[in-house]
Amino acid sequence: MGKNEFLFLLRGLEWTVILSLVAFSAGTVSGLAVALARTSEWRGLQRAAAAYITVFQGTPLLMQLFVVYYALALAGLNLEAWQAVAIGFTLHASAFLGEIWRGSIEAVPRGQVEAAKALSLGYLSRMKDVILPQAIRISLPATIGFLVQLIKGTSLASIVGFTELARAGGIISNQTFKPLLVYAVVGAMYFAICWPLSLYGTRLEHRLAIAAR
Amino acid sequence: MNYHFDFGPVMAGFPELLLGCVGTLWLAASGMILAIVIGVGGVVLRDSSVAPLRWLVIAFVELIRNTPFLVQIFFVFFALPFVGIRLNPMPTAIIALGLNGGAYAIEIIRGGVQSIPKGQIEAGRALGLHKLQVFRLIVLKPALRAIYPSLASQFILLTLTTSIASAVAAYELTSVAKLIENESFRSFEVYFTVTALYLIMAWLMMKVLAFIAARFLVYPVK
Repeated sequence: MGKNEFLFLLRGLEWTVILSLVAFSAGTVSGLAVALARTSEWRGLQRAAAAYITVFQGTPLLMQLFVVYYALALAGLNLEAWQAVAIGFTLHASAFLGEIWRGSIEAVPRGQVEAAKALSLGYLSRMKDVILPQAIRISLPATIGFLVQLIKGTSLASIVGFTELARAGGIISNQTFKPLLVYAVVGAMYFAICWPLSLYGTRLEHRLAIAAR
Repeated sequence: MNYHFDFGPVMAGFPELLLGCVGTLWLAASGMILAIVIGVGGVVLRDSSVAPLRWLVIAFVELIRNTPFLVQIFFVFFALPFVGIRLNPMPTAIIALGLNGGAYAIEIIRGGVQSIPKGQIEAGRALGLHKLQVFRLIVLKPALRAIYPSLASQFILLTLTTSIASAVAAYELTSVAKLIENESFRSFEVYFTVTALYLIMAWLMMKVLAFIAARFLVYPVK
């Protein structure tokens, strides 16, 4: 494996990072909506959000990507491969982040909500100024844990035909006939991104546990 | 949108899809058993007095947890023949699933064992129980109760992960779906149906696993 092959893998890594960032940021916005729907006082909204989360947590990510990919094509949208895949990952992320944040919102002591209501804060201010700042702190370790899952998950975009790191690895492996070396390098590249994040998540978790004592 | 949905080919291939479900469950169950074996072995090594063994387990867990399963299964797929082992796709997939699930199982099982207060073990020893008796009578059931929910959701997660094993042509639901798609070009219909099948499987597993917990792991235990 020469310098050019390595550079090609780095290009793939770049796409993996871009795809992860796009899916995570878009998933953050829509995930917040899912979490708020899930914890809303309106039953119908609650149930719809719960069903949405169940579907995404109970099916393989690969199938979600396939269904979204073909559904978008059927809907007549002429999207590029990376756009279709990014939408798939965003929907996936919104369900998982929604469930994580539902948990954190519910973990904020009940008295906080009551106090906010007693101060006659409206829903918006109650969430924005009282509940969410505390919930975000609680949710941080799990959110980072999911980000790692998402980065690893983007490797499945390769099966749908998008050239990110895993697919770049497949291409180079077919060219050089050194699959072991190539996949070791590819694995190391994923590891180089995911491991620091995992360590950071664990550290936050410990800090939270100490703070909660 | 003037697309006409046609679930005909999917219905015609339904018996094969069900066989694919059996393949998926077989992969998941075998992978999970291997994962638990690796998990128990890993916990023993993780807390052994030989430092390099401990490091090895930590490195294994971190490596597996921070790389994609797709890369892992390809690595296993190419690594086994390299060391002279030729296996069919199914055993290859089971080994990859077992290694992946094993890394998570180590963390889960270790947490369960650590959740037993030290004082209980010391009390058992003080009563003159042998080490094995302490494990069997004092540690085992509460530890099982502590790890069961996590292991159960890990099992369901592993079942969903098996769809990636289609990348090495293992016989499971996703590869059957690909076959039907290639013959019929009804991509959306096929994957929509298969996604529903996965959802049903996950739901059924959840029910069965919850039943087992309610039946055998309730507290107090007789």
